[in-house]
Amino acid sequence: MSVAADDLKNGKVRIDHRLILEMIEPGASVLDLGCGTGELLTLLVKERSVRGQGIEVDDRAIFECVARGLSVFQDDIDSGLPEYGDRSFDYVIMNQSFQQVKRPDTVMREALRVGGRVIVGVPNFAHITSRCQIFFEGRAPVTPALPYEWHDTPNLHFLSIIDFLRYCKNRGIDVEKARYAGAQRRVVIFPNLLARTGVFRLRRAS
Amino acid sequence: MNRLNHRDENGLVPLKVEDIKIMETDKHIGLVETQYFTFAHPPGVFVLESGEGIGPVTIAYETYGALDEGRSNAILILHALTGDAHAAGCHESEKDPGWWDDMIGPGKAFDTDRYFVVCSNVLGGCKGSTGPSSASPGTGGPYGLEFPLITIKDMVNAQKLLLDHLGVETLLAVVGGSMGGMQALQWVVSYPDQVGSAILIATTSEHTPQQIAFNEVGRQAIMADPNWNNGDYYGGALPDKGLSVARMIGHITYMSDESMNEKFGRRMKDKKQPFKFSPEFEVAGYLHYRGYNFINRFDPNSYLYITKAIDCFSLANGKPLHKLLQGIRTKLLIVAFSSDWLYPPYQSQQIVRACKMAGSDATYCELRSNYGHDAFLVEFDEQTYLYKHFLKKVHDERRGG
Repeated sequence: MSVAADDLKNGKVRIDHRLILEMIEPGASVLDLGCGTGELLTLLVKERSVRGQGIEVDDRAIFECVARGLSVFQDDIDSGLPEYGDRSFDYVIMNQSFQQVKRPDTVMREALRVGGRVIVGVPNFAHITSRCQIFFEGRAPVTPALPYEWHDTPNLHFLSIIDFLRYCKNRGIDVEKARYAGAQRRVVIFPNLLARTGVFRLRRAS
Repeated sequence: MNRLNHRDENGLVPLKVEDIKIMETDKHIGLVETQYFTFAHPPGVFVLESGEGIGPVTIAYETYGALDEGRSNAILILHALTGDAHAAGCHESEKDPGWWDDMIGPGKAFDTDRYFVVCSNVLGGCKGSTGPSSASPGTGGPYGLEFPLITIKDMVNAQKLLLDHLGVETLLAVVGGSMGGMQALQWVVSYPDQVGSAILIATTSEHTPQQIAFNEVGRQAIMADPNWNNGDYYGGALPDKGLSVARMIGHITYMSDESMNEKFGRRMKDKKQPFKFSPEFEVAGYLHYRGYNFINRFDPNSYLYITKAIDCFSLANGKPLHKLLQGIRTKLLIVAFSSDWLYPPYQSQQIVRACKMAGSDATYCELRSNYGHDAFLVEFDEQTYLYKHFLKKVHDERRGG
């Protein structure tokens, strides 16, 4: 059994990565925007034999990706897509990176053009912990899903699960699948209150 | 510059300790010898891109490590403008090792325990390969300006014949910085099925007007030297002043504003200078030293021919670059350096854009360095880490599939 399969079984794989894995079929081609150190792409290569390509801005993260045998372009997500032809990949993934781009609308439009499907994972700003911190402590939330202080955060946009679903509806984007997660396991009821992360599989409305 | 040993502030997993240890290896290749391969013996000729033919042609080369049974572990290293076949190890009675000794050897980036590494002097050069200073079969004397104009593609085609001679049918990787990167790109496009991967360092797919301009000034300096004598100076006084100025200009473009500030500042040399315009600044002294020593190791006519070949290099020649890369399965690693203003990162990014459009399997990384274009010859830790892992992946895939 591969290391990844072992990790999967033992629950060592991050829950959002597991949810994304379940949305992708074997042999697909994947572009991971903001792939970081390549943890997710490595899992997808091992478990789904995907043809993977990453885009990442941090050079030290790219070193890790190369050490893992991944192909990565050092680039900004905001400027990294125009050269790709339509439907260059089966999936474009933006896990925990969509809330960090400067122009979400442009990036989403480009991602939907370049990928047959787009998978987005976003931290839920309306999680109960965040709500309590705002309500009782009167402070900008710092939580496991949103671990940054207000003055030192890569996140440019703060949104809830409901915000994201509404965003897709307003732009005519089909939400094919929506999965929600807490720290360790899936969340099935009241996701906007109880989920730390939402993972959505999207496609352009036909 | 070693940024690899500490955990970074974003909590990024640090690079593995054993890799750092491998980088600090002090094992060397030891003594090496330059070898020679001669082909196109008359009446045969080696046909150049221009249609002209020359022969015989000799290519000087060195090899390190051993070709494995499957002949699957050969790496071709391609040198820059003034480099030569002596990339690693030491020549007998010489104290300095080859020009990329820190990168080639047991346990190094190009690990000679794993790979068979070949480096050859380019056609048109003056370090053992046929060039303008070689004997012309017609007259017996040096070619001089009778030597035909050559191109990057001609250099690559000559290397191909050398590899055929060495029994290397396919290359695990072609690797080159600067002009070496241009050759590597040309290899990928000319012989895609024979090149498993390419590492393209601080290079470009075509020379820009600014790059051509610097080379033109260098060439004019050589040709303005009265000793140049239309290229016919062999056996007499050499155009050393002209070549020296060309080399000084080169060196300015290889450094960066920051690296010059760091290295020289505005410091003056100690000694009282004999003449009003003697080079009293340290930076001037350095350039003079570099320039005047260059005549001992480089032929001025070779400088003319090779810079001309670089200037004429345009891989796609007006066509869209991605069309050339389409369908090519060579895995690419493209590396640029942040302070390189001679071959700036944007030129590497142009290759990256073409890769995206062509669907090439490629990686691009811009390494942070203050050393300008010279960085690829002095920044070893990060290059070693990247190349070592990249090659391992390519090698594993090749053996696996």
